[in-house]
Amino acid sequence: MPTTDFLKNRAVPVVLFVALALIPVYAQVFDDRFVMLFATRILILAIAALSLGFILGLGAMVSFGHAAYLGLGAYAVGILAYHDIWEAWISFPAAILVCAVFAAVTGAISLKTRGVYFIMITLAFGQMAYYTATSLSAYGGDDGLTMWGRSEFFGTSVFSNDTSFYWLVFGTLLAAFLFLKMVAASRFGRVLKGAKQNEARLQAIGIDPFAYRLTAFVIAGVIAGLAGALMANQAEFVAPAYMSWHRSGELIVMVVLGGMGYLHGAIIGAVAYLVLEEVLSGYTQHWRLIFGPLLILVVLYARGGILGAIKGRAP
Amino acid sequence: MSATLLAVQTLNGLQLGVLLFLIAAGLTLVFGVMDFINLAHGVQYMLGAYLAVAAYQTTGSFWSALLLALVLSLFFGLVLEFFVFRHLYDRDHLDQVLATFGVILFLNEAVKVVWGAAPLSLPIPELLGGSIQLMENLRYPVYRIALIASGLGVAVLLYVLVTRTRIGMLVRAGATNPDIVAALGVNIRRLFMIVFGFGTMLAGFAGIMAAPILSVEPGMGDNLLILAFVVIVIGGIGSIRGAFLAALLIGLVDTLGRSLTTDVARMLLPPAAANDVGPAIASMLIYILMAGVLFFRPSGLFPAGRS
Repeated sequence: MPTTDFLKNRAVPVVLFVALALIPVYAQVFDDRFVMLFATRILILAIAALSLGFILGLGAMVSFGHAAYLGLGAYAVGILAYHDIWEAWISFPAAILVCAVFAAVTGAISLKTRGVYFIMITLAFGQMAYYTATSLSAYGGDDGLTMWGRSEFFGTSVFSNDTSFYWLVFGTLLAAFLFLKMVAASRFGRVLKGAKQNEARLQAIGIDPFAYRLTAFVIAGVIAGLAGALMANQAEFVAPAYMSWHRSGELIVMVVLGGMGYLHGAIIGAVAYLVLEEVLSGYTQHWRLIFGPLLILVVLYARGGILGAIKGRAP
Repeated sequence: MSATLLAVQTLNGLQLGVLLFLIAAGLTLVFGVMDFINLAHGVQYMLGAYLAVAAYQTTGSFWSALLLALVLSLFFGLVLEFFVFRHLYDRDHLDQVLATFGVILFLNEAVKVVWGAAPLSLPIPELLGGSIQLMENLRYPVYRIALIASGLGVAVLLYVLVTRTRIGMLVRAGATNPDIVAALGVNIRRLFMIVFGFGTMLAGFAGIMAAPILSVEPGMGDNLLILAFVVIVIGGIGSIRGAFLAALLIGLVDTLGRSLTTDVARMLLPPAAANDVGPAIASMLIYILMAGVLFFRPSGLFPAGRS
């Protein structure tokens, strides 16, 4: 039945993106600037979570160093701004390039390992990036680097207006989502899925999954790097803390919380994680006392994360 | 670097290594035998330290605090096992990560609520106070030597337990193939509980022993947890011998690296650059080591059988 098919596969992401698109309207009507800034921050992290969800869900690659790309993208923008280069057409491709190279090199080494060993080796590379950032004393070292402004877009100030910046972030998220969905549905995506299920069979029919995995790893790194470049612009500040393993762990938690079977699960996870954190910390300073058990309950009673609970079955 | 400094740093490295071993031993057993990723192992170390401080405040004696905190560590570990972990053994690794992350958040906050956010400390017991002359110009605190000795003692005990006893044999068999062990009529759930309880007590013991020399504060287990994971991955998951050697290796590399790299960097680079690069490389060393080991041995140095 096409209608139930639509409900199962399309309804949730469509509702999700429509709701996100209505946030600027809400902010305009109720003159609520905070909601807008908060939503921008959520969507930036959602882009990073989405990219992690892509390699995690499709290829079972649990990268525990994914925050490194947030940091690399952010530092690319921050360091160029420090040298008075504000043009996004220069700094964003620079961020992409840096992340692609880092992902290609570390991915080629990490993908020799599997399972927990992969988790830990990606952590190792993440930590190396982190400590490298702390040693950049010319760019603030441990304390980070303040950018005195935001990127420009062919000389215009699209980045500086909160509303237009929100649409830019929203557009990036939507584009990344549609792109990854397309990739997942292609032959490339099917090879990745096949490699996750049974690598030996795939090799038996003459496909070496390594190159596919590495390409997916680089794609994810680049998208997370874009999120980092946006993050630097939002905070107008870049620091090694962007790359800490806590942030990498948070991204994994977001993906698993949302539900790993679908790409939009990561977006839902990021929204749920950050909104819950914000709401609970408004009630009590000890919000983790509630948040922690809540995560445990989700695992114990909602198999397949929030999406699993919505759909009433594990994806 | 002088010979004295080198000796001191080697001892400090051993001390960190022993502490890491106590945490990593439980982690690698639980992981190897139960295929369970317990991120909450680090907060169990923290809990051990807090329980020791609390027990000391009521009893006033280090030794009774040690005993009491060990028993309480085991008790809290089993409570967690009963209410949370037991339901996760046959789940996906990522479900385990999410749930045990929830436990971390809860316990880190809970100790903050109960004992406050300010660092606490536990006095060194009188019996192990003072320091002894090890070499000319080298005095080293007795307590730290006792810590190293007790860690080595636990290592020997574990070695005997794992290689010479029936339960150790079951643990080794469980790490290689738990399904066969269960099929042979062993109560695998009970074995799991024993292994888990033992691992928890070791982490608690590490926390208690660390309490007099490190500050007892919320989150103190988080970084050690990451280091313990580095250790078990380098050693090979499920291998006690691997965990022991890797723990000492990591302890020594990290401690000696911190005092050596800046000196080495100064030989190669201008002083200002060396002062930036040195500490960063020192912090990175163990991760470089891990990446290198995994590059050549993708399942660690002593893989226990199950990949």
